[in-house]
Amino acid sequence: MNETRFSKAIINGLLLGGAIVALFPLLWMLSVSFMQPGEASSLPPPLLPRHATFGNYRELFVHAGMGRYLINSLLVSTAITLLALACNLMAGYAFAKLRFAGRERLFQLLIGGLVIPAQVAMLPLFLLLKYLGLVNSYAGVIVPGMATIFGIFLVRQYARGIPDDLLEAARIDGAGEMRIFVQIVLPLLKPIMVTLAIFTFLAAWNDFMWPLIVLTGQEHYTLPIALASLSREHVQDSELMMAGSVVTVLPVLALFLALQRYYLQGLLLGSVKG
Amino acid sequence: MNPTRAAWIFLAPALLVLGLFFLLPVIAALLLSLTDYDLYALANLHNLRFVALGNYWELLHRPLFWSALGHTFYFVIVGVPLSIATSLGAALLLNSPLARMKSFFRTALFAPVVTTVVATAVIWRYLFNTKYGWANYFLQSVGIHPIDWLGDPHWAMPTIILFAVWKNFGYNMIIFLAGLQAIPMDLYEAARIDGASIRRQFQHITLPMLKPTLVMVAILTVAGYFQLFAEPYVMTEGGPLQSTTSVLYLMYEEGFKWWNLGSASAVAFLLFVIMFVVTAVLLRVSQRGDEA
Repeated sequence: MNETRFSKAIINGLLLGGAIVALFPLLWMLSVSFMQPGEASSLPPPLLPRHATFGNYRELFVHAGMGRYLINSLLVSTAITLLALACNLMAGYAFAKLRFAGRERLFQLLIGGLVIPAQVAMLPLFLLLKYLGLVNSYAGVIVPGMATIFGIFLVRQYARGIPDDLLEAARIDGAGEMRIFVQIVLPLLKPIMVTLAIFTFLAAWNDFMWPLIVLTGQEHYTLPIALASLSREHVQDSELMMAGSVVTVLPVLALFLALQRYYLQGLLLGSVKG
Repeated sequence: MNPTRAAWIFLAPALLVLGLFFLLPVIAALLLSLTDYDLYALANLHNLRFVALGNYWELLHRPLFWSALGHTFYFVIVGVPLSIATSLGAALLLNSPLARMKSFFRTALFAPVVTTVVATAVIWRYLFNTKYGWANYFLQSVGIHPIDWLGDPHWAMPTIILFAVWKNFGYNMIIFLAGLQAIPMDLYEAARIDGASIRRQFQHITLPMLKPTLVMVAILTVAGYFQLFAEPYVMTEGGPLQSTTSVLYLMYEEGFKWWNLGSASAVAFLLFVIMFVVTAVLLRVSQRGDEA
């Protein structure tokens, strides 16, 4: 019995230690964001602000244009989420439930595309968008994210569970394919819709390399790009940068905590081979 | 409307987007890598010349490409096993019947995954600040000399690896946890009756049952880690002394700082080929293990 208690202490102790290591940087960020300028650069490194202040946030929103970047991020991520949801849901359903010649081969081809890293496409994509006049615009960030192979795959996996009889019955009743999709299929796909939406939103919000390339002027910067650029200017201002990190991280963290179940489910669905 | 026509209408938006903004650029990248597309060609296409494999040839003779490749392999070879071991360890702890408050611990350990790389990289830059950072304060309090984490060429990459492990281990932890929960309990029951120790149970039940998951996780993680970019961009700008310049960082600088798009495309394609070969080898090795 003693041995069990010992193992129990070890296991829970390790978990607690791990949780502290995982959360410490985030809690420290939050704490420093409320410190006076320069306060964090002292020894021993302070854990809590002496006199908590919103000064860093005020500075960010009033002088550094953080409000604009926040709106940019919200706008771009929401647009990508809605458009990707529409494209991926329709395509995923078609691959799962509608019969047409070459369906399996086309799907295999698509899955094969997963091995190509997105960065390979980025250089010509930049030239293409330059030609289309979309460089340094919201559309430039949004357009390549409007459909994803992963999203189509996820929807297909889930939509395969819809019974064919249900769709057949609707067809016999004379319902058109569009109506079947909207009135019968979409309600059944609701759980995967939530999963896909939060996945897409988080990925779009956190995306760095492509927005960095396509957004050449500050006015369209999303939060990660703005933060990276600010952190190069304000290397010494840890308090200000931590406030900027809080603004960047908090929305996605909150979203994840609210919809955790759906997110983790999507993660597992996506990792199961088709 | 018959189902076949409906299918193509449903597929059209997604296929159009993927075709125009992914497939076409990938093909174009291959062609671009065979040209000397640069700032002059950007201004006027008449300056564009076909150079066949010239870009590749030059890259293979450039020390910076080889060192970038070396740094990327360093990151993958050290970072991936470390990440996977951490993920597996955390999953085993969470899966233990003795663990308390499982859902809290699971959420806490997973939290770094959903955070923004750029933001957390900024945090780490301050935590690993040589003078005022917590990392050195901690080391000093246990009597170890402070380390110039991000300023010393020998320490910059290990610091980035540490960051990547912290940021990413939660993802695979969830996958391992699901894998562990899928192992039938009676297997352990039978082993216990036979008197097998915890370690032997892990060796002869957990690991073999988890193998498909392990292989998949390894391949996905390797592919992800080859794409190292944001971390050095934010934490070290590729330095010090280019010790954290990864292949993608090189591609970014070559393409979007110097506007040598032809040569940058060649970098991208070489990375793709290397990733493909490494993945194929990993798959082959894991399958050979199955036959034995």
